Parts: sequence; structure tokens; C-alpha cells
Amino acid sequence: MIRPARNHPGFWAFVAHRVSGVALVLFLPLHFLALGLALESDAALEGFLAATEHPAFVIGEWGLVTFLTIHLAAGTRVMLLELLPWRDTRKGLIAFGAVLAVAVGAVFLVRAG
Amino acid sequence: MPQRANQTVLDVVTWIQRHAEPALAYRFACRVGVCGSCAMTVNGRPRWTCRTHVSRVARERRLRIEPLRNLPRLKDLAVDMTPFFEKWQRAQGRFTPTRTRAEPMAAVRPDSAPRRAADAGIECINCGVCHAACDVVGWDPDYLGPAALNRAWTLVNDVRDGDRHGVLKAASAGGGCHSCHTHGSCVEHCPVGINPTAGIAGLKRQSLLDLVGGGLP
Ligand code: SF4
Ligand code: SF4
Ligand code: FES
Repeated sequence: MIRPARNHPGFWAFVAHRVSGVALVLFLPLHFLALGLALESDAALEGFLAATEHPAFVIGEWGLVTFLTIHLAAGTRVMLLELLPWRDTRKGLIAFGAVLAVAVGAVFLVRAG
Repeated sequence: MPQRANQTVLDVVTWIQRHAEPALAYRFACRVGVCGSCAMTVNGRPRWTCRTHVSRVARERRLRIEPLRNLPRLKDLAVDMTPFFEKWQRAQGRFTPTRTRAEPMAAVRPDSAPRRAADAGIECINCGVCHAACDVVGWDPDYLGPAALNRAWTLVNDVRDGDRHGVLKAASAGGGCHSCHTHGSCVEHCPVGINPTAGIAGLKRQSLLDLVGGGLP
């Protein structure tokens, strides 16, 4: 259960920013593995790419795209808040990032499906 | 305990102290939201208890009243505010005068941008609610916290202050404004509507500007 004092959009945005960041770091080795296979031989890469057709992989990719959008939106938000003269856009930017992540994820699913 | 219309959480604590537990330790003074001494954790959130109506915060007629977080407990509901005020000093949250009382008062335009920025944070009552709400204060014992940094920001914007550079330096050193994660728990809970996150963002920006040579005059 979340502590009551933490239950507000600003804290959730921090959690989403952090979780997406860690998830992306964990994904990176997989990404490098794919690149490494491409260097090794065509067949190895083909095998890997065939595995990416699997629905579980598509779901994973959807998560990746969504997390990337979340991380990008959350990071841009912090930079906008800290570098520009203060305007009361804190929660607006959080809402924008959330909507953007859902939208980008949906577009990905439509195109993949 | 008798229930009354408009009963505050502080009324409840006082009733308990007078009728049930005479040794209960807690703090208050003004009872009207001015002195900032009555803050406690009420149902998990830091609040000024003298201006918090029971009817607004009780859940299923239950109240859980605890001392403020992030400060050492002295006894029962009273915490030691010393670290809070020490951080205030470490952030150089004090005015450095440039004139004596014999000289005329400085003329400051109320509608100038720096004055407006200072005014936005000046009504702080030192209640420690934001300090208790902030997770970074809990994680990093060195972190100055929202209240001290908010005070520093008002001074950085006070054209009468004789050492604004010193304030900026103190507030942006290790454990200063750059440690803030922009959670905004301070803004969510400040009872007088101050936005320390905005001031801390201002300090971050100002210290960056200072670094590239576009800083304070
Ligand atoms: S915005 Fe900064 S000072 Fe305020 S609660 Fe968050 S981390 Fe603490
Ligand atoms: S900024 Fe608000 S919450 Fe923090 S000490 Fe001042 S009045 Fe209390
Ligand atoms: S008793 Fe003074 S602010 Fe609550």
C-alpha cells in the first residue's frame, strides 16, 4: 500500500520515471545481443529475428516502446520545469506524458497487429 | 470523547491530554495557523492540526495521530525541530542587511519580477510539514529540504539582501537544491499554499545560469 502522503501525481510520475529507466537498462543487454548476432552471422540474426515474431516478444516490444515514451516524457518534463521560468505546468506535463505513452503504445499495437 | 462541530485534530489531542493522558507531550501555541508549531502526522499525512477539521480527515471515525516524520521524536507527538532549523541556517536562510536603521528604507517595486518571486514564498510559518512530506529528506540526511530551500529562494530574489551570491552558493552546494527530485510532495502538503518545488527549480536554474556567467547581478 502506498503511503497516503505519496499518493499524488508528482510521486507517481517519479515512480514511472524510475521504473521505466530501470526496465530500459535491463533491456539494453538484449538489444546488444541482437546487434552482436548480426555481426556474427546472417543465420544467427535470422534465427533471432524469427523468434521476435512470437506474440510474447511483440508484447515485450510494446512494453519497451511504452516505457521509452514514459521515460522520455518524464525526463523532458523535469528539464522543462527546471530550465524554463516557472509556470504551473507540473501536473499538466505529467498528464501529457501519460496520454502520450498510452497513445504511442496503442499506435504500436495497431501497426504490429 | 465528545464530538463537536468544527472540531480540529488539535482539539482532539488537547482533550486527550486534559482528560485521559495528562503526560501526553505535544506542541501548539496560536491555534489559528500562524505559529507553525502544531504539525503532526494525521492518518499518514503531515498536517497543521489546529486548522485541520476532524470531519475532513477522519476515516470511518478513526484518527491515527503520530509525530511528524523525518525529525527525531522527543516524546509522544513532539519532535525535535533542531535539525530542521540547522538546515535553515546551512542554506543561509537569513537576511544579510546592507543598511543601518538610520538610513532610509530601500524602495522595492512590489510588481518587479524578483519581488513577486520572493513574495510567493515569504509566508512560510516554519511548520515542517513539507520537510516531513519530502521523501528525499527521508532518504538523504544531508538534504536541506523544501522549507530551507524555499527560504533561500526568497532571499536570492530579495534585492536588499547583501549576500545573495552566498545564499545561492549555500543552497546549491551538496545536499542542496540539486538533490530535489521534483516529486512535489512539499507542494501537495504545505498548509499555506507555498510551492517549494517552484523555488527549488528556480535555485537550480539560477545556479546553472551563474555557472555560465549569466547569473545574479
Ligand atoms: S519537490 Fe523536492 S523538496 Fe519537494 S518533496 Fe519533492 S524532493 Fe522534496
Ligand atoms: S513551506 Fe509550507 S509546509 Fe514548509 S515549513 Fe513553510 S509553511 Fe510549512
Ligand atoms: S498552533 Fe499555531 S499553527 Fe497550529
